[in-house]
Amino acid sequence: MTAAAAQDGAGAVGPILRTRGLTKRFPGVLALDGVDFDLSPGEVHALVGENGAGKSTLIKVLTGVHAPDSGEVRYRGAPVRFETPLRAQQAGISTIYQEVNLIPLLSVARNLFLGREPRRLGLIDFGRMHRDAARILHDYGVEVDVTRPLDRLSMGARQMVALARAVVADARVVIMDEPTSSLEPREVETLFSVIGGLRERGITVVYVSHRLDELYRICDRVTVLRDGRVVHTGAMAGLERLRLISLMLGREMAQVERQGATTFGGAHEQRAAEPVLVAEGLDAHRRLHGVSLAIHPGEVLGLGGLLGSGRTETARAIAGALPLRSGRVAVAGVPLRRRSAAAAIRAGISMLPEDRKGEGIVPELSVRENIALAAMPRLARFGLVSERRIDRVVEVFVERLRIKCAGTRQKVAELSGGNQQKVLLARWLALNPKVLLLDEPTRGIDVGAKAEVQRLVDELAAEGLGVMLISSDLEELIEGADRVVVLKDGAVVGELSGGEVSEGALMQAIARAGRAGAGGDAGADREVEP
Amino acid sequence: MERTGTAAPREAASEPGGPGGRRPFRGIGSGGAPAGGSATDFVQRHGALVVLVAVLAGAALAFDGFLGVGNLNHIAVGAAFPAIIALGMTFVIITGGIDLSVGTVFGLAGVLAAWASQYGSLAALALPLSVCALIGMLNGVLIARARLAPFIVTLATMLGAWGLMLAVSDEGTETYVIPDGLALTPLVQDRFLGIGYPVFAVLALFAAGGILLRRTGWGQQVYAVGGNEDAAALMGVPVARTKIAAYTLSGLLAGLAGALNAVWLGSGVTIFGIGIELDAISAVVIGGTLLVGGYGFVSGSLVGVLLLESIQHIINAISGLTSAYQQVVSGAFLIAVVLAQNYLSRRKRPG
Repeated sequence: MTAAAAQDGAGAVGPILRTRGLTKRFPGVLALDGVDFDLSPGEVHALVGENGAGKSTLIKVLTGVHAPDSGEVRYRGAPVRFETPLRAQQAGISTIYQEVNLIPLLSVARNLFLGREPRRLGLIDFGRMHRDAARILHDYGVEVDVTRPLDRLSMGARQMVALARAVVADARVVIMDEPTSSLEPREVETLFSVIGGLRERGITVVYVSHRLDELYRICDRVTVLRDGRVVHTGAMAGLERLRLISLMLGREMAQVERQGATTFGGAHEQRAAEPVLVAEGLDAHRRLHGVSLAIHPGEVLGLGGLLGSGRTETARAIAGALPLRSGRVAVAGVPLRRRSAAAAIRAGISMLPEDRKGEGIVPELSVRENIALAAMPRLARFGLVSERRIDRVVEVFVERLRIKCAGTRQKVAELSGGNQQKVLLARWLALNPKVLLLDEPTRGIDVGAKAEVQRLVDELAAEGLGVMLISSDLEELIEGADRVVVLKDGAVVGELSGGEVSEGALMQAIARAGRAGAGGDAGADREVEP
Repeated sequence: MERTGTAAPREAASEPGGPGGRRPFRGIGSGGAPAGGSATDFVQRHGALVVLVAVLAGAALAFDGFLGVGNLNHIAVGAAFPAIIALGMTFVIITGGIDLSVGTVFGLAGVLAAWASQYGSLAALALPLSVCALIGMLNGVLIARARLAPFIVTLATMLGAWGLMLAVSDEGTETYVIPDGLALTPLVQDRFLGIGYPVFAVLALFAAGGILLRRTGWGQQVYAVGGNEDAAALMGVPVARTKIAAYTLSGLLAGLAGALNAVWLGSGVTIFGIGIELDAISAVVIGGTLLVGGYGFVSGSLVGVLLLESIQHIINAISGLTSAYQQVVSGAFLIAVVLAQNYLSRRKRPG
C-alpha cells in the first residue's frame, strides 16, 4: 500500500482513484453526466455500457486525453488533472489500447524498455536489456526471441508486451480496452492468469469488454454506464446476467428474456432451391484447399472454425479480394469470369470486411460520402452524380439502419464503432447485392448495436438475400445461421444444418477436425505464412 | 494472421513475484513470419554489400588495375563527401522524414568555407557548420513543432540555401579561393598509406553515427519516432526534440561535407551540390533503410554511397559510354532495391 493512499484516511482499502461528479460535454452531447467512479487497489473492475454510454470518454478523461468540464479526479488521495496521456502514464495510469500502441519495427526488448534502457558507460547495455526482457516476458507467458521485431509477434503476445511495459513503468492502474477482441481462446487464458498476477501485486485493472463471460470470470466489481451516467456499481458476483444486460440496455428484464441474448429470429424460410451463390474448389496458395459451398436466397450460412482456419480467406476469395490458384464462383447460376473485387461487386457480391478501420470506413469522409462511395457509379448518369439522388439513398439507409449521427455530413470518425459498422453495411446494401458476406460484423461493438446488426442480418435474409456470416462468437453463429460450414486449415471439414446447429455440435465438429491437424509442439512453431 | 496453435500448452515454471501460474504463448515468436525470416533479414541488411562486392569483383575481372590502391582511393574519396551527407540523411529518413535541402546546403557550405578561409581554418569550419546546423534546425522546428510536411519544408529551405549561396557569391560570379598555406588543407588533401584523409574521417564519422543510432537512448528514440509516432509519444519519447535533433544533425553534416569538399578542391565552387540530396537519398534506401521510417542502419548507407560511386567509375571505364548513363544505371538500381524491399516486407508482414 502506498503512503499517499494511506494518507487518504481510508487505509489499505481506500480507493486508488476516485471521481466525483465528473462531467464532460461535447457539442450536442453530454458524454459524462456527474460520474462517480471508484477504483480500489488490486481489484479488477469491469466498465461496461453500450456505445455512447460514456466508457471511452471516461477513460479519456482519466488518462489525460480530455479535460473534464467539471468534477474532480482524485488519484492516490490527491486531486489531479493530467494534461497529456504521458503525464497520466508517468503518474502510473496506463492504457492498453485495442490497437496496441507499440512500435512494430523495433525489437521486443527495445519496445519493453524504450526510455529506460539499462546503461553501461552511458551506452545501452544490450546484453542486460535482452536478458531482462526475456525474464520479464517469461512471467507473462511470452517465450520469444526478444531481439526480433515486435511485428513478428501475434496480437496476443504484443498485448502482453504492452502490459509488461506498463508494469515495468510502475503502473498502479492499468486500463484494458477490449483486450480479448483479437485473441485466441488459449491467449485469453494466459491474459487472465496475468491479470490475476497483477491483482496479487495490488495493481488495479479496469477491464472494458463486451464479452459477458469474461467479465464474470475475472472481474471483482462492475460499473455500468448508460447515457453518461453510472446506473450501477457493485460486486460482479451475484449480479444476474440478465440484470446486467438490462442495466446496460436500459430495457426490462422480461423483454431481454423473451428476445434471448441475441436478437436473431428463427430459421429462415428458403424460398428457392437454386443457390444464389456457388463456390467450388477455391484454392489459394497455402491458405485454402478446395473449399466448396453454396448459399441459397434467404439463407444465413455460418462459417465455423478457429482463428486461422480460412474463414476470412474464403470470404475474401469469393469477393475477389484473394488471388486464387483455381476455383469457380457463380452468382445466381452465372459464373464470374474475371477474378477481381470489381467483378464480384458487379455480380452482386458485397463483403463487409473484418478490419473495419483498415479496409472499410474512410474516417475523414462524412457518413453520406462513406455510404455513397461504392454506389457512386450506379447513381451516376452520364458520369455525373446528382446530389439529390445521393441524399435520397443515404437518407433511406440512415433511417433503415438507425445510424445515430448528428447529420449525414458528420465525419464517420466521430461515430461509435457500432454506427461505423452500420455505415459500412449501408454502403454495401446501397449496391443492392444478392449475396452479403459478413466477416465478424459485431466484433468490438456494444451490446445494443450488436443486437441491431443481428436483427438487420435477419431482416435482410428474410428479404431473400443470401448471407454468409463469420463470427467468433459461437452464440451469434448458432442463433444466426441456418446452416454452418466448418473449416479447418483451409478446407471444409463438416457441415451442420437445421436442428444439428448447436453449440455442442459445432464445438465437436471443430474438435473432431482438430485432432487430425494437431501437430504437437513443433507444429505450433512451424508457422504458415499467410 | 495464420497461426496453427493446436499444440497442448506447456506449463511454465512460474517465478515468485511475477504474475503467477500462466502458460506461455506457444510459438508466437514466429507469428506470421515466413520460415525463411532470417534470410529475409539478411537480404534487407546486407543485400547492398553483397551487390557491392559482386560489382567490384566483376569490375576487377573486366578492367586491369580497377582494384589498385590508386583507383580505390579515387572511388573512396569521391564517395567520402556524399557519404557524410548520406549519414545525416539516414537519421532523418529513419524518423520517417526526408531532407531535400542538403544539396544546396552542401553548396552553400562550400562557398562560406572558402570565403571564411581568409580568416583561418577555424573560421572556415565554424561559419559553414553553424549556418548549416541552423538551417537544419529550422527544418526540424518547422516540421516537428509547426507540423509541416518534411518534403515541403526542406524544399523551401533548399531554395533558400541556394539563394543565400548566390547572394554570398555575388550571383555565382565570385569564386572564393582557399588561400595557400591554410592549416586545414593538408588535413584534407594528404594521404595515409595511399588513401586520402577524408576516407578516414568518414569511417570515424560512421562509427560514431552507428554508436549514436544503435547504442544511445537518443538513437532508440529516432527509431521509435519513425516506427510509430503516436505510440512513441505515449511511451514518453520527446518526439519533436528527437526530430529537430535529426534535422539539425543532417544540416550540420551536409555543412561539414561542403566545407571539406571546398578545402579539397581549393575553392568554393558554386555549382556543386545540385542533385546530391537525391544521390544521398538513393544511397540510404539502397543501403536497406526503409523510406517509411523506423528501420535502417548507417553502415548500409555507406555501402550504398560506395555502390553508386563504383557504378559511376565503371561506366566511366567503359569506353564509348558517356558518364550520363551512370544516372540511368543508378536509377534502375534504385528501382530494383525498392521493389525488392517491397517484396520482402510483404513477405514479412503477417496478413
